[in-house]
Amino acid sequence: MSESKLERSTINLGHGSGGTMTRELLDEVIFKTFNNPYLNTKHDGAILEINSKIAVSTDSFVVNPIFFKGANIGELAVHGTVNDVAMCGAIPQYLSLAFIVEEGLSMDDFIKIVRSIKLAANDSGVQVITGDTKVVERGKGDKIFINTTGIGKVHPKANISMDRVKVGDKIIVSGPIAQHGMAIMTQREGLEFESDIISDSTNLNYLVKDLLDGFGEQIHLLRDPTRGGVSGVLTEIAMDTNKEVHIYEKDIPLEKQVAAACEILGLDPLYVANEGLFIAIVDPEIEQHVVTLLRKSDKGRQARCIGEVSSKESPKVVLHSLIGGKRIVSPLIGEQLPRIC
Amino acid sequence: MKYLNEYRDLETTRNYLKRIEETVTQPWNIMEVCGGQTHGLIKNGIIDLLPEKVRMIHGPGCPVCVTPLQLIDKALALMEQGVIVCSFGDMIRVPGSKKSLLEAKAEGGDLRVLYSPLEAVKIAKENPDREVVFFAVGFETTAPANALSVLHAKKEGVTNYSILVSHVLVPPAMEAILDDEFCNIDAFLGAGNVCAIMGTSEYEELTKKHNIPVVVTGFEPLDLVQGIFMAVSQLEAGKAKVENQYSRIVKDEGNIAAKEVISKVFEVADRDWRGIGTIPNSGYVLREDFAKFDAEKKFGVGDINTEEHASCIAGAILKGIKKPHECSEFGKRCTPSNPLGAPMVSSEGACAAYYNFSETH
Repeated sequence: MSESKLERSTINLGHGSGGTMTRELLDEVIFKTFNNPYLNTKHDGAILEINSKIAVSTDSFVVNPIFFKGANIGELAVHGTVNDVAMCGAIPQYLSLAFIVEEGLSMDDFIKIVRSIKLAANDSGVQVITGDTKVVERGKGDKIFINTTGIGKVHPKANISMDRVKVGDKIIVSGPIAQHGMAIMTQREGLEFESDIISDSTNLNYLVKDLLDGFGEQIHLLRDPTRGGVSGVLTEIAMDTNKEVHIYEKDIPLEKQVAAACEILGLDPLYVANEGLFIAIVDPEIEQHVVTLLRKSDKGRQARCIGEVSSKESPKVVLHSLIGGKRIVSPLIGEQLPRIC
Repeated sequence: MKYLNEYRDLETTRNYLKRIEETVTQPWNIMEVCGGQTHGLIKNGIIDLLPEKVRMIHGPGCPVCVTPLQLIDKALALMEQGVIVCSFGDMIRVPGSKKSLLEAKAEGGDLRVLYSPLEAVKIAKENPDREVVFFAVGFETTAPANALSVLHAKKEGVTNYSILVSHVLVPPAMEAILDDEFCNIDAFLGAGNVCAIMGTSEYEELTKKHNIPVVVTGFEPLDLVQGIFMAVSQLEAGKAKVENQYSRIVKDEGNIAAKEVISKVFEVADRDWRGIGTIPNSGYVLREDFAKFDAEKKFGVGDINTEEHASCIAGAILKGIKKPHECSEFGKRCTPSNPLGAPMVSSEGACAAYYNFSETH
């Protein structure tokens, strides 16, 4: 079957049957796109040789819509897992890739997604080494779900963990917050809201490697504030360390358009998801150096220190508002609900 | 953001706080009527910056909080009948007597969260074989858009669209609060958004009758501190008049076009308020001409009646008689993840605002 013929068709249950149609889909789309020695063995799994401490992370991606401004579900599935491995202080190398496709997805969209995965994997320096494709009946899924698992070698200078967070540590964000979540929100059906907000979905592994090369153990904790947003990560730190975390509203980087969209939709940017952002908890001595290093990269251009870990024993995040008041940033309970008025 | 950043300015806000401090000589209880104002006060940490003598009391102006339990049960009954129920976001987690709309959705109900009721009319047009109901909750602020959705549906001959009305009005609630024997309110910050629609004239009579200052106030930090300053200044000078802090938005006559749309579709009637009870002439119902857009009549759910959770003191909270932390269930059995009553659900609700944001209360 030629690819042009494939492109005009749609995914159906046969493509997940394990028979000839599955084989064709794999040969024409997957193997052709990724073309590497691990996949080319066409085996059920890959055999790796790793002589190092390794980090593994897995994540599933169910975003709706599957194509959005700035990225699509495929790129997101690479960036999300690559970043999770990087947040362990590791250098991501390998990725598994599993699809659950709802029958009826256009082959064209599927191929677009697969190609985006390939490009994102190349940009992140990772190889797709094993995978799976299942097809479910119409109505049993939502177009396409993707699971990826990432494997990486831990950086020799890395020592990242929650118990390394100390009183006085500085909290640095690598860029403006709430970009991804608002890009998705403003494109959801039913909102009738036009904006140019673009998802920040990107790989952060090289930026993290630069940090670890430069500062090693002085980087105490790394987290990417995806679902639950910046507040999710900070409240977790406050609760796990029982130290009050202080942040300053005036220092939190926030693009004008994103701030405006949050105002209109009644959402708090601290709770909105990010996909190309990380929070580094670092030794206060290196605060300025870390910010300077991050700002050299396009992905860290707007990096800023937004607060610190205080000595007060209390599992709370306190935000100092623009007008000098204080409030508690509490963890999100369910989905953030827009207000009526 | 123009027209927002100016109203979040540190220096100007501090200046007003200083003027409040210099003006106040005795304790005053000031009620901010609107939930949006409560949210603004607490989100920006303003309460802790005010002098001790200025005590803010959180009013009943949270639409989610005052929507009676049986209305949620009615919406749930509609979902069970296979109706597509459309709602504003913050209604969906409010517990009905057995579950919330969100839980009903997880069990298979068709719930759509929308920002505009006009979107619900569109859904009705796209699903001609289904019934679509918009849960028309709110004060005077959401009434124009909800009324407009009915006018649109009528004009376009959309017969599978109707609304479940739970519209309440601010001035009668303020009147009811003042009539309460335990009332200790010295001044009101009027709801700026409500006045943007309805104007300020409604408050003249209330001010005269009860000899109480009403300052129509906005929602940004500077609006709030300026509104509080104006209220304190009146109180200290022994004055009681209607003043408009939010004049960049609110005109004395309100929004005439919006008011016309409202009166075309709705008429004033007695309404139940969650936690407060029935207040005469305190809300809207659909006019007889639009009866076929009334979901209660269309689906026969008008008779559903439900009792409140016994230990919730929402009524005393909404009238400002008690503070959230004075409730024995606050933060214990009643939390935002497991709310016993509505003020703990919406971020505008006094209890949730206290629980989520406030450091010292």
